[in-house]
Amino acid sequence: MQYLPNLFFALALIFGIGFFVMNVRKLIRNINLGKDIDRSDNKSQRWKNMAMIALGQSKMIKRPFAGFLHIVVYVGFVIINIEVLEIIIDGLFGTHRVFQPILGNNLYAFLIGTFEILAALVFVSVIIFWLRRNLANIKRFLSKEMKGWPKNDGNFILYFEMVLMSLFIIMNATDIPFQEAGIGNPISQFVAPWFSDFSTETIHTIEKTAWWIHILGILVFLNYLYYSKHLHILLAFPNTFYANINPKGQFDNLESVTNEVKLMMDPSADPYAAPAEGAEETVPEKFGASDVTDLNWVQLMNSYTCTECGRCTSSCPANLTGKELSPRNIMMKTRDRLEEVGNNIDANGGSFKDDGKQLLNDYITPEELWACTSCNACVEECPIGIDPLSIITDMRRYLVMEESAAPQELNMMMTNIENNGAPWQYNQQDRLNWKDEE
Amino acid sequence: MNVPTMAEMMAQGKQPEVLFWVGAAGSYDDRAKKISRAFVKILHQANVDFAVLGAEESSTGDAAKRAGNEFLFQMQAMMNIEVLNGYEVKTIVTCDPHSFNTLKNEYPSLGGKYKVYHHTQFIKKLIDEGKLTVDDTNLKGKRLTYHDPCYLGRANEVYESPRDLIRRLGVNLTEMKRSKATALCCGAGGAQMFKEPEKGDKDINVLRTEDALETKPQIIATGCPYCNTMMTDGIKFKEKESQVKVQDIAELIAEANNL
Repeated sequence: MQYLPNLFFALALIFGIGFFVMNVRKLIRNINLGKDIDRSDNKSQRWKNMAMIALGQSKMIKRPFAGFLHIVVYVGFVIINIEVLEIIIDGLFGTHRVFQPILGNNLYAFLIGTFEILAALVFVSVIIFWLRRNLANIKRFLSKEMKGWPKNDGNFILYFEMVLMSLFIIMNATDIPFQEAGIGNPISQFVAPWFSDFSTETIHTIEKTAWWIHILGILVFLNYLYYSKHLHILLAFPNTFYANINPKGQFDNLESVTNEVKLMMDPSADPYAAPAEGAEETVPEKFGASDVTDLNWVQLMNSYTCTECGRCTSSCPANLTGKELSPRNIMMKTRDRLEEVGNNIDANGGSFKDDGKQLLNDYITPEELWACTSCNACVEECPIGIDPLSIITDMRRYLVMEESAAPQELNMMMTNIENNGAPWQYNQQDRLNWKDEE
Repeated sequence: MNVPTMAEMMAQGKQPEVLFWVGAAGSYDDRAKKISRAFVKILHQANVDFAVLGAEESSTGDAAKRAGNEFLFQMQAMMNIEVLNGYEVKTIVTCDPHSFNTLKNEYPSLGGKYKVYHHTQFIKKLIDEGKLTVDDTNLKGKRLTYHDPCYLGRANEVYESPRDLIRRLGVNLTEMKRSKATALCCGAGGAQMFKEPEKGDKDINVLRTEDALETKPQIIATGCPYCNTMMTDGIKFKEKESQVKVQDIAELIAEANNL
């Protein structure tokens, strides 16, 4: 019987981590529904970007107040994991504060003391975050895409963190030998007196309960990630690594189009020629993107990485002037559709069954797509290297090249380029008239 | 104005050092043509050996590409590359950040590899090489703010060369609250120049003009013919055309040097 808690702990751990791994596999499967894109070049630059942007949070601090609070919560989260390791060992082997004798009192006191201070700072930061999100009337938290789940999700995360940090402090405060030793308890020593009227037994029960809820809470939180914008704590790393490192103005030149254009411009090519003997029958490629499977895996990973912070949307000139486009919403809708496609595959034994829906029209409207000025403000703003513009561009390509569904004025502009070599209807022979006009 | 073409140069057996890529706006738009002329005056003053393509130049395809028409873009690109490579062009300078971006970044993988300068970079280079000086007395003390074109700034991280030139004018440069990497678009990019905006509360160029007017400028400087149009329209909308001028940096340099 005495091993029952250890057994229960081991089961909770296996179940918690197992369920998480299952969801991560689904996540990877979904991301791989996207087309391949080669982002294996310039490894050193990519590692550097990941170190600076994801690990070093260099872009978060562009907005200093939120950036500073975020760093507090982030550092707290990363460092407190050492404590989680101790909890796991204690839980599995029935030990208590197993690191204390190993590290020696001084180092242990230093570590736990640091965790306590961080926990308190995280607690305060999270409360400020909650106030900002719910009471401070910050426009980017009030957009229409931030109703319902996205709003609740943001708050749930904050509640989770408040509770986990409180439990950590309570757990330390009610550990009588730990308090009596008077080491590493810079915060919990002020909480300990709250419990001084209780019997030793009750205090011990409170400690055990706090300990259990803390670790079970962490496991639940771990599994909450997959369903939440909080997934960014993991995906920010690969996302910054695989982010576009070309100049932002450089759009990719579609290779499938290059082949067609070369064929058109090659005077010796026979358009009616039968495919060479033995040549593969290739399915004509679809130009641009109308659904998530037409996007590449980096774009799909982007959608899962999006933290819905709205920095993109709050700097988008179209959005700032009241137009339908919101780059954040482009990412959120891409993720929603990708989830839907993933669930469809799961429900249909591993293959997608046509559901009569697609990303274009059912999620993202042409009106949003045509409002984009391709100014790259959203890309510049994103603290973790998401590129909403590339999705907008690929969807415009589908609208134009597959459906000829550009706004009429753009069709005229394109006709002019085709006929006169300029977006306006002028004669190409008049190109140099300006030199003689004063 | 003496603006030699590549064809004329070739007929004389000459190979100019630099090709001036005028761009569609610089060739046909009445306002932008003035920028082309101002830049040519600067090239003449610095004795730059240059030529243009004239009737052989065609749209880079930038607007078509941003609108999603990759076919049309690549057709334009390949035709232009054929012409450019035929003349063995090595160095290109342009006053249009959209042409600059496309020629510099999107033509190489289609076979067009050139050294491409935006005119602000090129003028700065002329100054650094001692081929040009800027008189800082004509515009001295004027209040000026600079609008970063997206396709020069964020798209290619060219923030300093235009500012370097502005500082040489002796003007009083005041930055807008949104500038450099956080600059607001003028509203013309991504082929928006050629269509009505989607419905909203206001037009982007008006919002950007408001950004500029907050600095109480006498001059709004920019380095893009499309930004120039959008900001000029914004100033008209705000009925400030008697107080505020919108000018390209090339025009300001030409004015400073009495060209």
